Amino acid sequence: MWVTGFWALISHWRRKPLQLLTLVTGLALATALWSGVQAINAQARASYDAAARSLGEVQLPQLIAQQGDSFDQGLYIALRRAGWQVSPVLEGRLDIAGQSYRLVGVDPLTAPEGMVPVAPAAAPDLTGFFTPPGQIFAAPETAGKLNGLATPVLVSDALAPGLLLSDIGIAQTLLNQPNRLSRLLVLPDQPRVQAPLTDIAPTLQLRAPQSGSDIAALTESFLLNLTAFGLLSFAVGLFIVHGAIGLAFEQRRAVFRTLRALGLPLHVLVTLIALELLALALLAGAIGMVLGYGIAAALLPDVAATLRGLYGAEVSGTLSLRASWWGAGMAIAVLGTAVAAAGAIWRVIRLPLLTPAQPRAWARAGEDRLWVLCAAAAALCALALAAWLLGTGLIAAFVLLGALLVAAALMLPVLLHLLLGLAAGLARGPLAQWFWADTRQQLPGLSLALMALLLALAANIGVSTMVSSFRLTFTGWLDQRLVSELYVTAGSDTQGSDLQAFLTPRADAVLPIWHLRTRVAGLPAQIYGVADHPTYRQNWPLLDAAPNAWDRVASGSGVLINEQLARRQALWVGDAIDLPGGWRADIAGVYSDYGNPEAQVLIGIAPLLRRYPQVEKRQFGVRIAPDLAPGLARALRDDFGLPADSIVDQAAIKAMSLQVFERTFTVTAALNVLTLSIAGFAILTSLLTLAAIRQPQLAPVWVLGLTRRRLAMLELARALMLALLTVLAAIPVGLLLAWLLLAVVNVEAFGWRLPMYLFPWDWIRLSALSLLAAVLAALWPARKLASTPPADLLKVFANER
Amino acid sequence: METKTQLLTLTDLHKSYPAETGRVAILRGIGFALSRGETVALSGESGSGKSTLLHLIGGLDQADSGHILIEGTDLTGLNDAGRAHLRRSRIGVVFQQFNLIPSLNAADNLAFQARLAGVHDAGWCAVLADRLGLSDHLRKYPEQLSGGQQQRVAIGRALAPRPALVLADEPTGNLDEATGDAVLALMLDLVAETGAGLLMVTHSSRLAARLDRTLHLSAGKLV
Repeated sequence: MWVTGFWALISHWRRKPLQLLTLVTGLALATALWSGVQAINAQARASYDAAARSLGEVQLPQLIAQQGDSFDQGLYIALRRAGWQVSPVLEGRLDIAGQSYRLVGVDPLTAPEGMVPVAPAAAPDLTGFFTPPGQIFAAPETAGKLNGLATPVLVSDALAPGLLLSDIGIAQTLLNQPNRLSRLLVLPDQPRVQAPLTDIAPTLQLRAPQSGSDIAALTESFLLNLTAFGLLSFAVGLFIVHGAIGLAFEQRRAVFRTLRALGLPLHVLVTLIALELLALALLAGAIGMVLGYGIAAALLPDVAATLRGLYGAEVSGTLSLRASWWGAGMAIAVLGTAVAAAGAIWRVIRLPLLTPAQPRAWARAGEDRLWVLCAAAAALCALALAAWLLGTGLIAAFVLLGALLVAAALMLPVLLHLLLGLAAGLARGPLAQWFWADTRQQLPGLSLALMALLLALAANIGVSTMVSSFRLTFTGWLDQRLVSELYVTAGSDTQGSDLQAFLTPRADAVLPIWHLRTRVAGLPAQIYGVADHPTYRQNWPLLDAAPNAWDRVASGSGVLINEQLARRQALWVGDAIDLPGGWRADIAGVYSDYGNPEAQVLIGIAPLLRRYPQVEKRQFGVRIAPDLAPGLARALRDDFGLPADSIVDQAAIKAMSLQVFERTFTVTAALNVLTLSIAGFAILTSLLTLAAIRQPQLAPVWVLGLTRRRLAMLELARALMLALLTVLAAIPVGLLLAWLLLAVVNVEAFGWRLPMYLFPWDWIRLSALSLLAAVLAALWPARKLASTPPADLLKVFANER
Repeated sequence: METKTQLLTLTDLHKSYPAETGRVAILRGIGFALSRGETVALSGESGSGKSTLLHLIGGLDQADSGHILIEGTDLTGLNDAGRAHLRRSRIGVVFQQFNLIPSLNAADNLAFQARLAGVHDAGWCAVLADRLGLSDHLRKYPEQLSGGQQQRVAIGRALAPRPALVLADEPTGNLDEATGDAVLALMLDLVAETGAGLLMVTHSSRLAARLDRTLHLSAGKLV
């Protein structure tokens, strides 16, 4: 019974391969997009983890040279003899086959645990690591490029791409820096009594651990947006799968009834359907995973480049397959199918055995269904409202976003039904009346595909608006914030004072940017002192300010705080804030501070020195004519002896930021096209399926005097008109999505809110693309209709049909 | 009173359906018996409850009260799985709309219920196909068959598991008169050969006259 029943069920697909293709393709595309984005995210995260592990050194305090990039190895020996638990590191760039790699040399005997990936399987003999010619560890994709290197290369998954790790002695040889060190890592366990650093190594200075979290925050922001996009795409895919499964079930409704009438028990039928769907989900899921891998592999280089720009560290440009990714992808395919099929299976369970078989009964569903959609949309809006009013945090923000989007999609058929009814009422002439009435009748069958299109377009408009707004805001903000042509950092306060003296006669203005790290309102924070200079008064991006804000900052009667601190502590202009040292300061203004996860307070330089005299006096902004800036930078390096990485060129930062955004756009544009393609595919499949049952409706009109070609043209016009109405509905939904991403999700995730800009040309371009997709999707069914043999149409009027 | 040769016994059967004005009684105290090998026509005007009665006997619907005994098994006491088992193994159903499975060819459709019941007999199916004049059409799919051919496949499907009872709901209703007569003749011959009982709903007194006896249903009662 089981085998016979299953065979009868799946025989449907043998006779209707196009339907099978639709179902499998829909599910595969949905899985592909989701898994592709997830693969990119997973790869990026894995690369960060590798980088964080192999560069665990940044979590430790370090001893570095006060002047220059390196120092003599003798200092290390002196410190060890004095009881300092330190581990030496030498770092430099190594050119191999025309490519530059970052080589880090470490001492495996003193390095912190986990820093050296010396696993027994990889290097059974530790002596091989530090005995010439030594060994170099590298990530798999990096190791493959290190041909012609005399030193043996060992592969380690724990290392970030582009990073080479060797014994310090080997590194000194390879970098041609004998007896030189870049820094000493100060290990956690130190003796209780220690000789002061100034006694043993006065030319070294202690540097606190670097958090690196500002970069991580930006990266998280990028990945979060990608994840949101992936989920939206999957939601679009779910609509398609839901539609495909619904159609497949409806077309077999009579078969289900016959099977039951012939004695197949309900529980057997439902189990067989579930097994069939599981098999299809696994097949489509596997295809989707392969496609997703392709998408990820194609997009990853751009994502990697984007993140490299943001993060500074390497992200692998090639994918590595992870079992968890495969597992999650297949699970999402199966779960997605289950969710999409739940309603259809429920209808099978409730299927009345005796009602005359009416295929596509749901497609002819009347206004009752619209009321159900309205009720579901209202419930989702209520959920969104609850999330908005009562929820906090990122999950509430995403609930709000998801609920509103799905509610908008559910309301689309209702809106179209009303509009088409209005058009039918206004129509004059029999053909126009038939056209509108017939379109209204087709609506239930097309509504799922149109909902998918709406979601795709809304996601497209929303994410594009967000990214474009971010770019516009961020670059504008950079222009305001990075006004000084050069930013220089001294190695010590003494050098800072020398630097100021060196710069003053050579620049238009030397602006101290001195700061201390502390805690404000319980949060990690930076307090910056800035000079009273037009540079700030004219350019600093203030979101809100009291009158004479800068005067109050300069005099010490007011401070400025960044947006993150303002939002987290609900402190705004007119409030007061407690600062270290028992200082309760009035807030004179709030400024935007994108990319910084920490609280920040800006005060005048004089109040800073008065209240916090211990502050490090090392960083300066230099105002100079832009064409003179490169010469001054050169002089700072050559004449003053400042290391190159202590001088930051404003133009270089801006160029890098713009490059990052261009890469981001490439990724977003690619995902947009993919999502839109999926929605176009949904329209195609719906139209094809509808075409098969349209003959009884079209044949009478043909008999009454319309040519098949004219009918086909009307079908095309119908698809175009419905797509246009969907586009028009999608624009406000997309803008709502963008607003939610910018004003709610960003605030919840990162503490800053971005202004929203509108890009009407993008909408026009997108509308044109969508209409093109709709026409292309409708072309095939229309062509089929135009070439339908008259005999087939006449069958409608015969009993034999 | 059930005897050894009695196949089907109905006792005080009631069935009603909900309507806007309350429940509408469709069957009101139906009772009759049908013996093995007997052919009975069920006639009556539209809405008299003929099809409802047939569906209740086939286990496709449930009665409000009363009993339906098929070979001594009370159908009204069975759950969905029990009714399904009885249906596939002991009852053959022929519908007016043929209700073939469009994705299976004629041969597979013909053998389908017998396979489902686990009593498939290839030799018997071949005999049925031959007797029904389908031997040359077994590879064809339903859409490639005429209405008369489709109904002959449906009759073969109903008889393939050698059921005790065949229920036919206007089996010739979708066929022209000549084809309908031929199909009915075949069905009666085959039912007689298998020794099954036949209960056939029909509007036609001409067709009803070809069966052993006729039950007339009016406003939910046998008259």
